[in-house]
Amino acid sequence: MAFVVAIIFLIIISIVFHFWSPWWLTEIASNWTSIDDTILITFWVTGFVFVAVNAFLAYSVYKYRYDKNRRANYEPENHKLEIWLTGFTAIGVAAMLTPGLFVWASFVTVPEDAIEVEVVGQQWQWSFRYPGADGILGTAGSEHVSQENPLGVNPEDPYGQDDIIVQTKEMHLPLNQPVHLLLRSKDVLHDYTVAQFRVKMDLVPGTVTYLWLEPTKAGRYDILCEEHCGLGHFVMRGSVVVEEQADYDAWLATQQTFAQTQSASIGNAQAGQANYAVCSACHGANGEGNVALNAPKLAGQEGWYIRQQIAYYKTGVRGTNPGDTYGAQMAPMAATMANDQILNNVIAYIDTLPDTAAPETITGDLANGMDLYQGKCSVCHGEQGQGVWSTHAPRLAGMTDWYLKRQLEYFKNGVRGTHREDQLGYQMTHMVSALADEQAMDDVVAYINTLQ
Amino acid sequence: MGFLKSIFDKPWDYQGEDPSLKGKELAEGMHPKRIALRMFLAVVFVLFMLFIVAYFIRMELDDWRPLPEPGLLWINTAMLIICSIVMQWTRGAAQKSVRQQVKWGMLAAGAFTLAFIFGQLSAWEELNNAGFYLSSNPANSFFYVLTGLHGLHVLGGLWVWTRATIKVWSGTEIKAVKLSVELCAVYWHFLLLVWLILFGLLSNT
Amino acid sequence: MAYIPIADQTDEMHDPHSFITKYVWSQDHKVIAIQYGGIAIAVGLIALGLSVLMRLQLGYPDSFAFIDPADYYQFVTMHGMIMVVYLLTALFLGGFGNYLIPLQVGARDMVFPFMNMLSVWVYLLSVIILLASFFVTGGPTGAGWTLYPPQSITGGTPGADMGITLMLASLAVFIVAFTMGGLNYVTTVLQARTRGMTLMRMPLSVWGIFVATVLGLFAFPALFVAAIMMTFDNLLGTSFFLPAMVSLGETLDHSGGSPVLFQHLFWFFGHPEVYIVALPAFGLVSDVLSCHARKNIFGYRMMVWAIIAIGGLSFIVWAHHMYVSGMNPYFGFFFAFTTLIIAVPTAIKVYNWVLTLWEGNIRLTVPMLFACGFIFTFIHGGLTGIFLGNVTVDLPLSDTYFVIAHFHMVMGVSPVMVLYAALYHWYPKMTGRMFNVTLGKIHFWATFFGTYAIYLPMHYLGIMGLPRRYYAMGTTEFLPDSAQTLNANITLAAIWVALFQLVFIFNIIWSTFKGKKADPNPWEATSLEWFTPDNPPKHGNWGPELPTVYRWAYEYSVPGVKADFVPQNMPPEEVVMEDPNARYVGHDG
Repeated sequence: MAFVVAIIFLIIISIVFHFWSPWWLTEIASNWTSIDDTILITFWVTGFVFVAVNAFLAYSVYKYRYDKNRRANYEPENHKLEIWLTGFTAIGVAAMLTPGLFVWASFVTVPEDAIEVEVVGQQWQWSFRYPGADGILGTAGSEHVSQENPLGVNPEDPYGQDDIIVQTKEMHLPLNQPVHLLLRSKDVLHDYTVAQFRVKMDLVPGTVTYLWLEPTKAGRYDILCEEHCGLGHFVMRGSVVVEEQADYDAWLATQQTFAQTQSASIGNAQAGQANYAVCSACHGANGEGNVALNAPKLAGQEGWYIRQQIAYYKTGVRGTNPGDTYGAQMAPMAATMANDQILNNVIAYIDTLPDTAAPETITGDLANGMDLYQGKCSVCHGEQGQGVWSTHAPRLAGMTDWYLKRQLEYFKNGVRGTHREDQLGYQMTHMVSALADEQAMDDVVAYINTLQ
Repeated sequence: MGFLKSIFDKPWDYQGEDPSLKGKELAEGMHPKRIALRMFLAVVFVLFMLFIVAYFIRMELDDWRPLPEPGLLWINTAMLIICSIVMQWTRGAAQKSVRQQVKWGMLAAGAFTLAFIFGQLSAWEELNNAGFYLSSNPANSFFYVLTGLHGLHVLGGLWVWTRATIKVWSGTEIKAVKLSVELCAVYWHFLLLVWLILFGLLSNT
Repeated sequence: MAYIPIADQTDEMHDPHSFITKYVWSQDHKVIAIQYGGIAIAVGLIALGLSVLMRLQLGYPDSFAFIDPADYYQFVTMHGMIMVVYLLTALFLGGFGNYLIPLQVGARDMVFPFMNMLSVWVYLLSVIILLASFFVTGGPTGAGWTLYPPQSITGGTPGADMGITLMLASLAVFIVAFTMGGLNYVTTVLQARTRGMTLMRMPLSVWGIFVATVLGLFAFPALFVAAIMMTFDNLLGTSFFLPAMVSLGETLDHSGGSPVLFQHLFWFFGHPEVYIVALPAFGLVSDVLSCHARKNIFGYRMMVWAIIAIGGLSFIVWAHHMYVSGMNPYFGFFFAFTTLIIAVPTAIKVYNWVLTLWEGNIRLTVPMLFACGFIFTFIHGGLTGIFLGNVTVDLPLSDTYFVIAHFHMVMGVSPVMVLYAALYHWYPKMTGRMFNVTLGKIHFWATFFGTYAIYLPMHYLGIMGLPRRYYAMGTTEFLPDSAQTLNANITLAAIWVALFQLVFIFNIIWSTFKGKKADPNPWEATSLEWFTPDNPPKHGNWGPELPTVYRWAYEYSVPGVKADFVPQNMPPEEVVMEDPNARYVGHDG
């Protein structure tokens, strides 16, 4: 008897949960309402079967509960009934399958007027490429990937020169314009998913996959990677901004073409020395850092990282959080790097400074530190803490340890990495959640001190 | 086919020991070892087929550079064919319980099998010396993997062969080893079949 | 099909003397079954523990610092692989297959007892290799149970150094063990049935196990091939699956390989694997339902055909796991079509189970509760499968919690419900003692409600777009905070379910020693295993003479017969009729 009640209870709970729980499809932002329709059809058909068969189950268990004076009926089979049930099921299945196949046919057929946009995945970041003025994407491949050409655009291909390279995690798409997304991976499998678009597809290294959609609702949506791609899978996020054509064009105009990224000015160390003077006041003449002035060591840090952080200070991504008082001091200093040329010169100068390991100020349990570092940090920052350009992870080994610890605290407390534009800081906010307390931070920083 | 027919029986319709044998003697069925060997060969066949499917799919990709087959493979193929013939002859001798023929037949088959294995190894060496390494091209990788896997199956067969041959030479009754000899022969024919398929594949692509 | 009762001719019957030969190096299929079962349940408990750790992290992402992302992915991977291969496959086929096949077809043992013994020890070896990966540098692989390359063998994934090698080695060894066992099961069913045991008189348990074994024999080679090729890529630098790529800033020395090729091979194994688990479950549950409903299984022939049809179809649907994998999208049409065809025989099986209950005389014993619970969970899991099998509907749902919820309902909870039904049902036969009924009922109710509380909400998180294999969701623009609250509640339900499994473990261990002596046929069942001369059956099963079978295994509540069941091996003239003058002739004789 309890079983009968339980089954009826579960049927009712399921229905109630289905109709009255707040968890349901997100509001759709693309043309794929037909996909939602197929889901709804499937829900109605399967829901009917679910209720009917389970109700029949409950009724049977109730009606034919054990009675020692009664006998079960002897009926080996009822062919007619079975054939009816088979036919009935086949019709139900066909009703669900047929609309699905029609929608799939339109999914695999890209409309003629769709614009092409390339999405590039790597562990654990997104970047994007737009075809530029000629409307044609140049060829690209992993063999061309380098620090200067992270997307691997073929430098020989004339079509590629005007391609627009977007190295941030944010892509833009014009409203009501079909888009043909070409998906390419530099390393492992990834999957481009925007819940509100409904469609998704894997990125497969060695080949280019695709999907198409027409954004129908302006807004900003999360891009998630939905194919397991290693340790940082869960932090491989991006966003897509859907906006009016005019806004889209304006945004596109501010982005750099491939040719521009290749002709970036080369820094002059000698010229940079003069500009470095303003830095040396705090960071020291040799860029060795100064704990009393809360200035970290610069010598030995990688150029691309310094460039990016200066950009963050200048645009307010960093140094604006009320908790970051030292960052607030840095922001006006960063503004003195008036243009790219000056910045490049300074970076070139810093590169010439003697790189001696910063003094150790933090001690901790090295064994635990090693455990933590090798389990969490080393995939991006390198096993020796040397920094890895492709994951955008700065060098840690030999740098000022008190500074590292403070940044870990910032990431943990939401002082750093929470700004929407901070491309990589958000990854750190996730990774530090595994450092439980100050002791863990001390341990890991102390371990980093032992690396070269 | 009995299996297909029998699954249409209505089992509740009859009582008694076994309606399908009504009026017949209980038939002598296949020995379980024969069934098991055939089942096993089917499994191994599927294994090689899957490799071959993978081979075809991988071949379509544009970095595929076929490698030249060493002429030695023809000799090895001949070895394996002779092996099969000798095995079949030995099987016949075992049926007729001619001890001397079984003894020498088994030994000869083993010798030719070993010759095949050494031939295959020399072919590997020849390729390696010519600069066709395992990892330099997928065609090479498949060549080594497929021939290696086939060779391992041959070696596996030699284990059963060793046991049977020792029995024959140590004076066990031929009746007691008849089945082993037969199974060896079937296995060798199968290995030959697989090799011919592989050889055809490797030399034509 | 002709057959000989081989067991009566065997001249090399293994004869146990000492404790070691009786319980350790035993060739008795019943002991081997229990060894298989014991190892599988032990390793399954480890996987259960891992799932609790995973759920802790997912439910309370900032609270458990000792679970770092690497650990999480390793837990996910090991949990999945252990549950699918080392628990479910091993327990259904190695455990129940070994125990029931010889007993239900009336054989003394498997036809190759020595190979059978080797099978269980090689299986243990594979488990040891698998567990060893917890203790090597870098830990076990964290690639997810699907082990997709390139990720599984490149730097950014935990366990890419040693873990993945051990995982692949362990799988290869498992496949060897399974093949040795599988050849035994198939040959025993085909060649060692006793006099009168035609194929269509076999209980559905044997049918399910038999077809599943055939599937396994032909599907596992695909995994074997994939494992070999991936090991070569990993250790010897070949490029079967690895294309040119830049891994973490470093250009790797591979080119041209196809990661999708691995996926095809993996799922060519992986989909039949679902049915390797499901078909034995279908068979076992049919027998439990029929026996406790005191009614013949409805549509026996249809059930057999459905098992065979599902088994056959399972080889041509594999790519429905790959709709968004980047394979040629036109494959989607074909695989959606074949996949939904499978829904038809599967639905027939469900109808027939329910129709078996209809007009039955249902005893809601503990095994019957689990069997009926299975019908509910399987309907739920089967229906959500229609969502994912249909290529378009799969687009938004694939790689989300919906998938997780679906496959846990259909091949986690449902087969486990059957496992419990079967374990409780055959427990008196295996141990000669009765389990504690109250504990059994507590176990049922906690598991039945608990699992539904875990997985029903999970579907809706997936519909909303919550991705699977995320260590922590963090903040997004589209997920409401309530999603995390729901996730935390799911974790509570999961801990609840996990705890109540200990009740089961306690029950079976305690009852083995302290349970009250069981009747040889406590459920009044008809099939052969309940009519062994000893309870539990001794080595050789049948005493001096093999049983003779006179009818199918579902002769329940036959009109005119006094008892409501007629054993398979009872000669017609011994059947007691209600009317003393009547003669028993069977159904319509």
